[in-house]
Amino acid sequence: MTTPLTERAAGRTEGDRPAIRLDGVSKTYGQGRNGLPALDNVSLSVRPGEFVSLLGASGCGKSTLLSLVAGLDRPTAGRIDTQGRKIAMMFQEPALFPWLTVSANVEMALRVQGVAGKERRDRAAEFLEIVHLGGFGAKRPHELSGGMRQRVSLARALAQDADVLLMDEPFGALDAMTRDLLHDELERIWQKRGLSVLFVTHNVREAVRLGDRVVLLSSRPGRVAEEFPVGIDRPRVIDSPRVATLAAAITDRLRQEVLRHGR
Amino acid sequence: MAVEQASPAGSPADSSDLHARRLAGLDALELGGSGSGGRAGRVWGRLWPMVVAVGIVLAIWQVVVWSGRWPEYVFAGPAETFGKLGERLSTPEYWQAVAVTMRRAVTGFAVSVLVGLAVGALVSRVGVLRAAFGSLITGLQTMPSIAWFPLAILLFGLTESAITFVVVLGAAPSIANGLITGVDYTSPTLLRAGHVLGFRRLQLYRHVILPASLPSFLAGLKQGWAFAWRSLMAGELVVIIAHQSSLGERLYYDRELADSAGLLATMIVILIIGIGVDLLFETADTTLRRRWGLERVRD
Repeated sequence: MTTPLTERAAGRTEGDRPAIRLDGVSKTYGQGRNGLPALDNVSLSVRPGEFVSLLGASGCGKSTLLSLVAGLDRPTAGRIDTQGRKIAMMFQEPALFPWLTVSANVEMALRVQGVAGKERRDRAAEFLEIVHLGGFGAKRPHELSGGMRQRVSLARALAQDADVLLMDEPFGALDAMTRDLLHDELERIWQKRGLSVLFVTHNVREAVRLGDRVVLLSSRPGRVAEEFPVGIDRPRVIDSPRVATLAAAITDRLRQEVLRHGR
Repeated sequence: MAVEQASPAGSPADSSDLHARRLAGLDALELGGSGSGGRAGRVWGRLWPMVVAVGIVLAIWQVVVWSGRWPEYVFAGPAETFGKLGERLSTPEYWQAVAVTMRRAVTGFAVSVLVGLAVGALVSRVGVLRAAFGSLITGLQTMPSIAWFPLAILLFGLTESAITFVVVLGAAPSIANGLITGVDYTSPTLLRAGHVLGFRRLQLYRHVILPASLPSFLAGLKQGWAFAWRSLMAGELVVIIAHQSSLGERLYYDRELADSAGLLATMIVILIIGIGVDLLFETADTTLRRRWGLERVRD
């Protein structure tokens, strides 16, 4: 039941205070009687260096939750504390800028930090190297496959030099083989850089494959239904029996949640 | 059971190397080959329908002339017209007229771009301005430019300023609208990505919103050019300035002198310049689409 903290960079994991902490967070869209509650009293924390999978059926407000943590939106009630940490985010779409080359896309993250000229290009090349796309800097995003674009997006997120990485179903649109490889990729990078990751998905096996902990959200409005610690040694394989067994148990629980809405 | 064996075995270095190779393999497969036809073939493929179209138009023209509905001195045939065109193109005075018209077009269009950019940027940024002027800008586009000339002549007299004034009023709204539409339809995903990267306000505008609205802005430029060219021709027919021969002025005097072949020849020049500039915008648009990966699907 222990998470392999040993392999991670020590710098970012010191201290016991959570990297992300949500306290009774609620979000309602619209106002008054017509208000649509998306999240209801969600409390959740991610320890530094921890990988938390956030799982739920549609309508559970997973994406809303990430938007709130990323500061793209404000909660109706409750508190979100990231202690001023830098936050990077990946979306379901690669969200690359089509008018820029692959390298320039990564450089956008460095541009904000005031890195200029040759250093910016060199560092962008390093980040592309990390996601095994070293030779593709001069290409345009549309010349790459979906999986490659998502890796560019990951490189861009890494270039932000953030401690926290939010991921909103980043591999949802990819085929199984590409996704498996990107799981390995993400696990490797996360361990090496000691990131705190909040990973949203509706794929139970993916949640178990990647997470130190799987947090199950109920739907409409989203609440934390249950948390499952994942005690499987890394590196994990998505098709392994241990992953499958835990995934089956979580799927059962998820079915109950969905059934509540069947009436 | 069997699946367990699929897990990467061996030392960590081996497995990470294997992983990199698998990724590279998948990348190579997914990118595939990009075939492209010969350049000459593509040019010919675009050219021959145009050649056929021009041929058909010339044939119809000739048939109408032969039908004898109008006498030849009122409606000249293609042969006579092109003869006249060649004759005129060999005189420097005619080229000077073309130059005057082009200078007016370029000046008017340049001012329109500046005005359109400024108005578009302000209106798309400031909510109050949008509420006040948004529909007015669209409304301006529907105003026939010729209807502005009486006012323009009252304000500026029979001068080039009057022409420029009307050209700008014709073209600037389209250009502003192109920019406003582009800003409005900036993909929310890209906006969120820009926001998460840390771009705010003006920086977000400069690095994300403006580049994202480029295709729409380009479409606005193209439409703006069409309006500018039309307004300019209307203007040159109405505002005739002494000692400043221009294409519109030529048209006016050809009618006065009942020079049918000359009139048609000048119309052809006007048409060709219009199409030529339009083609420039078309090329820019195609290049942009190719670079952004927005090429239209051919079926």
